[in-house]
Formats: sequence, structure tokens, C-alpha cells
Amino acid sequence: MGTAGVIFDGLLALALVWLAWQATRAADLFHAVVSFIVFGLLMALAWVRLEAPDIALAEAAIGAGATGALLLSALDRLVTREGRRTVLYEPGAAWGFWIPAGAALLGALTLAAWKLPAPGLGDEVLASLGASGVDHPVTAVLLNFRALDTLLEIGVLLLAAVTIWSLGRAPSPLVPVMPSPALPALGRLLFPVFVLVAAYLLWRGSHAPGGAFPAGAVLGAGAILMLLAGARPWIRSSEHGPWRWILSLGLAMLLAAGIAGTVMGQAFFQYPPGTAGPLILLLEVAAGLSIALLLFALYLRGEPCEHGYRGSGP
Amino acid sequence: MSTAQWIGGLMVLAGIPFFLLGTLGLLRFPDVYTRLHALAKADNVGLGLVCIGLGIQSASVTLLLKLVLIWVLMLIASATAAGLIARTALARGLRPWGT
Repeated sequence: MGTAGVIFDGLLALALVWLAWQATRAADLFHAVVSFIVFGLLMALAWVRLEAPDIALAEAAIGAGATGALLLSALDRLVTREGRRTVLYEPGAAWGFWIPAGAALLGALTLAAWKLPAPGLGDEVLASLGASGVDHPVTAVLLNFRALDTLLEIGVLLLAAVTIWSLGRAPSPLVPVMPSPALPALGRLLFPVFVLVAAYLLWRGSHAPGGAFPAGAVLGAGAILMLLAGARPWIRSSEHGPWRWILSLGLAMLLAAGIAGTVMGQAFFQYPPGTAGPLILLLEVAAGLSIALLLFALYLRGEPCEHGYRGSGP
Repeated sequence: MSTAQWIGGLMVLAGIPFFLLGTLGLLRFPDVYTRLHALAKADNVGLGLVCIGLGIQSASVTLLLKLVLIWVLMLIASATAAGLIARTALARGLRPWGT
């Protein structure tokens, strides 16, 4: 890496710290949300610089895209109620606690990073890649070696969606009326592209950067775009209610795959020999669908309600 | 360096001033409409030049087509977003500069 690379990385790191500060400390909440979105985009760039394109894809799609849309819609509801919401911080509040606590955390993290085994676990992963059923190390770790982590991650998403839906019904109308016909046209034009890109990312996951999380995030973002373009949520309790099982499909399939091994006298999440490849593909499809629908469910801000309206869309 | 590398490099270099001028416009223009004008025009041309330049440099037709697809999607998204922002600003009563 040349001098230009070092300068670029230094500027990137400084910008990340500055944006993180802005996102947490800006008095104007809109300013904070925009800082958070830009932080997500620059973070994705940082992951690219660290040669981790999988995480960069997920960060850009979920961290900047889906979370940004969620925060903006939450902000919109705050603003319509009582004017522009701002937060005032008391200068110097609790510095005596936060500076030592922050320094201790930073020290502990530095120590942990220092003590990591020097080349990491990359060699071990590559050595057992042949037995994993896929050709891409990241997918092998996510859905075979450390499938338990993926199970828990999808569990967290499901828990968040259940919590949000249990808080009340989705607001009606769901989105503000757009003063332009361009957005509905864009939604209709682009939704097939979203589906295509999601399928492509899912298929690529077995041998290259991609997989269930980026694919689910792209599909979920497409569904959110359709919602903004005026489509009505399709899954309501009175009709199509059973389709809500897709929300928990990923978690259920991962759990079943993990327990099946135990029942058959093997370790938890030990796949039967020879079936790892197809099994991982099946799990990826289930997890991708669940992630897409879960992100969309989060964005509904409540359980989709029955107003008797008819509509197309996700 | 081959001819394709030279042409690609020149196109990327030609794209950079568009980004610089677009950013200058965003910082210096007086209201939301003129700023959108600077961004929507300059970023699109600059991104197109950079994408096509990188595609030519890669010497792979697949990669060139993927980069061009990214550019076309950006064009559609950027035009729609600019239109939405401008119409929303107008609907909320922001007067264009000089009127």
C-alpha cells in the first residue's frame, strides 16, 4: 500500500470518527440521522479497504440503507407531532464517568486486538473449506462453521419485528402523499431489478461475496421502495395471514438444521456428510427471504392493519 | 500501458472535475433548486465517465456492462430523487432563488 493509500485511510478514519460524533451529539436530529447514513456508507468503504466486501455489502444495504430509512421515518413521525425535535445536551454532563469508562473500554479493545492470533483463523477456515459444502470462506463460516451465530442474528431481527408489531398497528396512511408521479413509476420499474439482484447475490454466495444477508437486505429495500411508492402491505391477519410464517422461516429452518444433527446422533449444527452444499443453499434461501420480509416488517412500524383497502405489492 | 488503459485512465480523469464542480455547486449555490441542478447534472456525467473509464481499463466486457448498469441505475435514482426533493420543497413553499 502506497502513501496515497495511507492518506486515504487516515482521512477515512478521521471522517468516520467525526461522523460518529455528529450522529450522537448533533442537537438537530435530522442532522444526526443524515450523519448516521453517511457514516454507514463510509463504513462500507472502510470494509472494502479491509478487503471484506461481504461485510461492506451488508453494511451499505442494512447499516446505511434500511436503518437510514427506518430512522428517517421515525423522525418524520416525531416532527409531525410537535415540530422539529431537537435534543439539548448539558455541557460537561457526566464527563467524570464517560472519559475513564471510554478509556478503559478502548484499552480493553486494544489489548484484545493485540492478543489476537497473528494471521487470524483464515488458514484453518481455508483448510477445512473442502468439507464445508461451499467454495466461499465467508459463507462457509456463516452457514456451516458458525451457523449458530447466524441463527442468533436472525433471532434478534425476528424479536425486533415482533416487538415493533406488538406495540400497535401500522400508521395509516403509511407514507406521506408524494407530490410527484416519479416515485410510483420508479418503484414499478425497479422492483424486478431488486428481485434480480437479490437472486444474483444469493446465488453468488456459494463461491464469491454475497449470500443471504446482502440479498435479503436488497430485497427488503426494494419492498420498502414499493411501500414508499404507494403499495399496500399484502400480509394482513385476515387474508394471507399464514404467509407471516415466512418471517420466522429462516430462524425455523436454521434451528431445524441444527437440531436435526443432534437427533441423528451428531453434534449441534453438524450436517450429514455430503448434504452440506444443498442444505446451505436451502438455508440461504430461507434466511434471505426471512431477512427481506423482516426488514420490511420493521419498516411498517406496527402490525399491518385492516382498513379494507385493496392493493398490490409486497 | 496499452491503449485501452490510456483511454480508460483519461476518461476517469475527465470525470473528476465534474464531481469537484458538482460539490462546489452544492456548497456555493444559493438555494435547494440550484444545488440540485449542480448535483444531478455533474454527478451523473462524472459517474458515467468514471464507470466507463474503469470498465475500459478492466478489459472485461462483463465488468464494463455491470459498471454501465450501475451508472444507468444511478441516473434513474438520481433523477427521481432530485425531482422528489424539488417538488417537496416547492410544495412546502420554498421560493426558487431570484423569484
